[in-house]
Amino acid sequence: MIFTVVVHASPCQNAAPESALRYCKALLSAGHTLHRVFFYRDGVFNGNQLISSPPDELNIMRAWQELAEEHSIDLVICIAAAIRRGVLDATEATRYERDQTNLAEKFNLSGLGQLVEACILSDRVITFGGQG
Amino acid sequence: MTTLHTLNQAPSNVNLMQSCVGSLQPDDTLLLIEDGVYWLLNTHRAKLPAALKIKALRLDAQARGLTPLVSEVDLIEMDEFINLSVLHNKIVSWF
Repeated sequence: MIFTVVVHASPCQNAAPESALRYCKALLSAGHTLHRVFFYRDGVFNGNQLISSPPDELNIMRAWQELAEEHSIDLVICIAAAIRRGVLDATEATRYERDQTNLAEKFNLSGLGQLVEACILSDRVITFGGQG
Repeated sequence: MTTLHTLNQAPSNVNLMQSCVGSLQPDDTLLLIEDGVYWLLNTHRAKLPAALKIKALRLDAQARGLTPLVSEVDLIEMDEFINLSVLHNKIVSWF
């Protein structure tokens, strides 16, 4: 089956990103296909490369990158949600006249159309969310 | 048409559980994840309809020290979470 996973929560305040990551790994090892992971609302912080977790904790951003590399997974961050929260790639930094960028490698900023397309193409769509 | 419902909020968020239970159909399954696993404790579970098909993620129950206190049959592994996702037609997340 083809799956899409949607993450609505920040890794700093919620267990949801870790649940989502475990879910992705479990579905891949069961032989299913992961079409896309879509990060929305505070989920965009999963792609902030400046977030530095303590060395004895999971660095979720790196874990997503490793997953993307190993299984060629499309990691898409909602562009409007990201800009609002200060997660920028080079193109958006130029557009909004900012000096810095902080979008981690392997993540791409794109629109909600990517979520719609994923919902159409996937057999199952699951959301991992949190409050706040 | 069956639905797998996941719920990740502790029993302090009673309104969320009420909305979830109110939308459950007879063949749906409720899977408790993250802080939602606290609903498995007897005092909280007693407030839920007895006929409800409830499961909880073992990892999340273990992380919160609940495994000695809850029924073993209710706990599932991640691969079973994937199976449930496949067996139901839709997945609705309550958070």
